[in-house]
Amino acid sequence: MPYSVPKLTDFSAAALDRAVRELLSVLDQESAAVGSENDWKAFRDRWIARKNGVLTQLNDLWLKAAPKDAKRDVGQRVNEVKGKVEQTVDATLNRIQGGASSARLASERVDVTLPGIRRALGAEHPVIKTMNEIIGVFRNLGYSVEEGPEIETDYYNFEALNFPPNHPARDTQDTLFIAGQESKPLRDRLLLRTHTSPVQIRTMEKMKPPVRVVCPGKVHRNDAPDATHSPIFHQVEGLAVDTNITFCDLKGTLDHAMKALFGSSVKTRFYPSFFPFTEPSADVQISCIFCDGKGTRDGGPCRNCKASGWIELLGCGMVDPNVYGFVDYDPAKVSGFAFGMGVERIAILKYGVDDIQLFFNGDVRFLEQFE
Amino acid sequence: MKISPHWLRDFVDLPVDYRRLADELTLAGIAVEGISGERENTVFEMEITTNRPDAMNHYGVAREVSALYDLPLRPIEAKLPAAKGKSDVTIEIQDPELCPRFTAQEIRNATIKASPTKIANRLALLDQRPISNAVDATNYVLWESGKPTHVFDLDLLEGRKLVIRRAADGETLKTLDGVDRQLTTEDLVVADAKKPVGLAGVMGGYDAMITEQTRNILIESAWWDPVTVRRMSKRHGLHTDASHRFERGADFESTVLSTNRVAQLILESGGGELIGSVIDVIARKLDLAPIELDRREVRRILGEELSDLEISRILTRLGFVLLSGPEGGYLVHIPSWRLDIEREIDLIEEIARLHGYDKFANTLPACTGGVIDQPDAAKDSRLRSSLLALGYNEGISLTFVSKDDAKRFSAAPEIDLANPISDEASVMRTSMLPGMLNMLAYNLNRGTDNVRLFEAGNVFEAAGAKTVELKRLCVGATGKAAEGGAHQPARPLSFFDLKGDVEDLLAAFTSWTLYYDANTADYYHPGRSARAVMDGTTVAQFGQLHPDVAAARKLRQDVFVGEIFLDRLYQHDLRQVRYEALPRFPGVERDFSFVFGDAVVFEKIRQSVVGLGIAELQSFIPVEIFRGEKVGVGEYSILVRAKFQSAERTLRDDEVAKWCRQIGRALESLGGVQRV
Ligand SMILES: [Zn+2]
Repeated sequence: MPYSVPKLTDFSAAALDRAVRELLSVLDQESAAVGSENDWKAFRDRWIARKNGVLTQLNDLWLKAAPKDAKRDVGQRVNEVKGKVEQTVDATLNRIQGGASSARLASERVDVTLPGIRRALGAEHPVIKTMNEIIGVFRNLGYSVEEGPEIETDYYNFEALNFPPNHPARDTQDTLFIAGQESKPLRDRLLLRTHTSPVQIRTMEKMKPPVRVVCPGKVHRNDAPDATHSPIFHQVEGLAVDTNITFCDLKGTLDHAMKALFGSSVKTRFYPSFFPFTEPSADVQISCIFCDGKGTRDGGPCRNCKASGWIELLGCGMVDPNVYGFVDYDPAKVSGFAFGMGVERIAILKYGVDDIQLFFNGDVRFLEQFE
Repeated sequence: MKISPHWLRDFVDLPVDYRRLADELTLAGIAVEGISGERENTVFEMEITTNRPDAMNHYGVAREVSALYDLPLRPIEAKLPAAKGKSDVTIEIQDPELCPRFTAQEIRNATIKASPTKIANRLALLDQRPISNAVDATNYVLWESGKPTHVFDLDLLEGRKLVIRRAADGETLKTLDGVDRQLTTEDLVVADAKKPVGLAGVMGGYDAMITEQTRNILIESAWWDPVTVRRMSKRHGLHTDASHRFERGADFESTVLSTNRVAQLILESGGGELIGSVIDVIARKLDLAPIELDRREVRRILGEELSDLEISRILTRLGFVLLSGPEGGYLVHIPSWRLDIEREIDLIEEIARLHGYDKFANTLPACTGGVIDQPDAAKDSRLRSSLLALGYNEGISLTFVSKDDAKRFSAAPEIDLANPISDEASVMRTSMLPGMLNMLAYNLNRGTDNVRLFEAGNVFEAAGAKTVELKRLCVGATGKAAEGGAHQPARPLSFFDLKGDVEDLLAAFTSWTLYYDANTADYYHPGRSARAVMDGTTVAQFGQLHPDVAAARKLRQDVFVGEIFLDRLYQHDLRQVRYEALPRFPGVERDFSFVFGDAVVFEKIRQSVVGLGIAELQSFIPVEIFRGEKVGVGEYSILVRAKFQSAERTLRDDEVAKWCRQIGRALESLGGVQRV
């Protein structure tokens, strides 16, 4: 027996509630029964057709029939019902069409496999990026950053670092000299710094121990450019001076730093070397990161470490007491260590770069790889 | 330098195989860089540090082996027959400072011929060319004990005497390599009665050299002042095995033994007689002061306690003599071959190196003090992150440029290099632009047409006798602002793309005033370049590179570059962010469409409107500009949008209308004509 709108005689709130409830429950049932577009059209006409739709009947059978004092209440309820009915009719259509705008959405389809529109991002230079990583490692160990000039005097680049005039160790530095310095005393003559070690001297000149600094920067050598040489490159040097710093501390610090840079499984090996400004001096090797220190890879000798299992990475040592003499520290009271590493060398290892010139010609095909 | 491990067996028993020996020597600071050959023909390629001339020979390396493995070292001994008669050769040292000791030995009636096989083979293994028994004897002794010696044909020496003196200006000497050398008073020579016959410690003279005719020989073994030898070697461009050792410091006590060893080898191979005893002239003693060694100091520097036994074992094997010193320490006497050992720390290094660096623990020092950043660190990092976000890749170019480039891109006096790598890199850069343009060209020449690069670095200027380094940032861009593709057309890069980027960079800094004008250097396109002036100082200039400059550098497409003078920009603080209350009342927008003559630039328009002092005027932005068609030649039409807003109230129509009339009049007073 299909639902038909009942004539009301009782217009009390309770009676109205009951009637509305019944109507809406029928609405829901009939909506649920709609299965096709034709069903829906019939459903729509039955409920909202001007001629004899349920809503029209409500107007006639409830609103018009209501006594004057109930008209306001009944009007409000009829309006609410009207809203619900219209909503349900729309929603029912939506349901059977699987979403009202599916046709529109279909027409709006794009080929999502086409590449997106990208705004290019720049890439930090691999050398600067590596330099910042190194600085970061030492910052976490409590080191401040110090910088200094690229054009230095003989005094800061050599003499105060315990390279006496005419010392053969100066030959190893391949120094680029500034022209027109002959009339000056040797120590005042200008040159392009060959290492960032002068910054260590400048730092100790201006502060008393404890000192703990890293000195990043550009250095220069008289080396013609080729795959393994460049007249400019970058270094990070470090210096720690305090009342109780030992060779064991030097070893521990660099062992920690190398693990932070290359991974915790990396081992370090120290062996004697010579630098005028440190004593004892050491070169540091890390276990080869390409063959895990085994010396062999893919069944053959590892090329990166020449099958030795070790890669030489940096130089270091305990600050030579002579250096303290130049900066007015008391070598009997303080001790410390210094270390220095070539940033390009580390970047080359980290990224497998095979030609140092790639760092300095601005080729964006290379630079973009480091984004 | 090469070492034959088989030769080492003359002096020490080797407890390990050659490969392991190489490794363990390296870890003790006697670096073996490579191994070649097999068994008795094995050769170590050595990398001996410059402070260790004593280890640049077989006996020295054998000594290290003996210390490393705590094994006895067999001494070098010279076995000589009894001498006949007396030598009448005289030695005269005129300069005891530069030649404290000179030792000589006369040999008569020797035969010059090829060396015995054993000597020749050993030298050949070290890539030393055998010459004759007499010359090879000196070479053998050099590689055996490290002491350079020399042999003269005694009959070619005038006056049977040798004089060690400074050369006179104008004297010449033909050295063994056949080169005539002009001498000065800076040169120290070995001379006979009349003329120089050798460049002291560097190379012997051609005219008194050993030949097949030589019968009588004078052997020389001297000690030369290292600095003098080094200077002569540099001045004459003559780096020899002898100078290499003398300039690093030879063994003062080895002159007699080395003379005797050379004599022995000559007599054994070439016969002849030893004439008189060795002539040993000591003009000045070279004393190495003993050094006090305190075990507490060993611990303070190295961080670990080493036993007395270990310390004395290491030092004794190396040839040091330990006596007891003050406060339970040692008084250490230094062997004559260790000129590098002058201080307690030098001894501590010897102990550490032979104890083995890897035996020391890894510890971290206690941390005191805080981390201090460089004053500009925050500014640097702010600019870098903006540039990366704006799509600029970071480049690094050479710090040197050509003289032409240094002058072309800066008026500042440049700094020349004394020994440049090339003419193209002979001057310190005065501007970042040449490097940037080189990098852009590098990319364009390789078919990369869209390039955006930045570089941060210093430029260098001469300031009288001093130099200054100024921090700069350089940007360069060429190609498309937006790459074309399936989704959108490409858009070529314009001046305004670059200006927008510069504006973004500068926006991080505080200033009272910031304006842009067309006042730029002559290497910029005069109509497409601008400078940014912040509080009266130029902080940047940028724009299209002048087409003539671009053509001269063979740049095939328009290039945009910018220079940001960080030294000046960094006088300004980074903008501190302060929250501003969001507007609660609606804003009102009004458009103005005017035609102006080209002489009226937008900055003029903007200033005249801002100058009205309308507090509620929030922004005044050009939204459309066009020329041509209905606009007359030399004029342009501009649509500007003004936005009014108040933080306190909703604006009334009548007040907005009043402001618009004010603005209209201001624009008309600039010569603008309102379009309808
Ligand atoms: Zn490897």
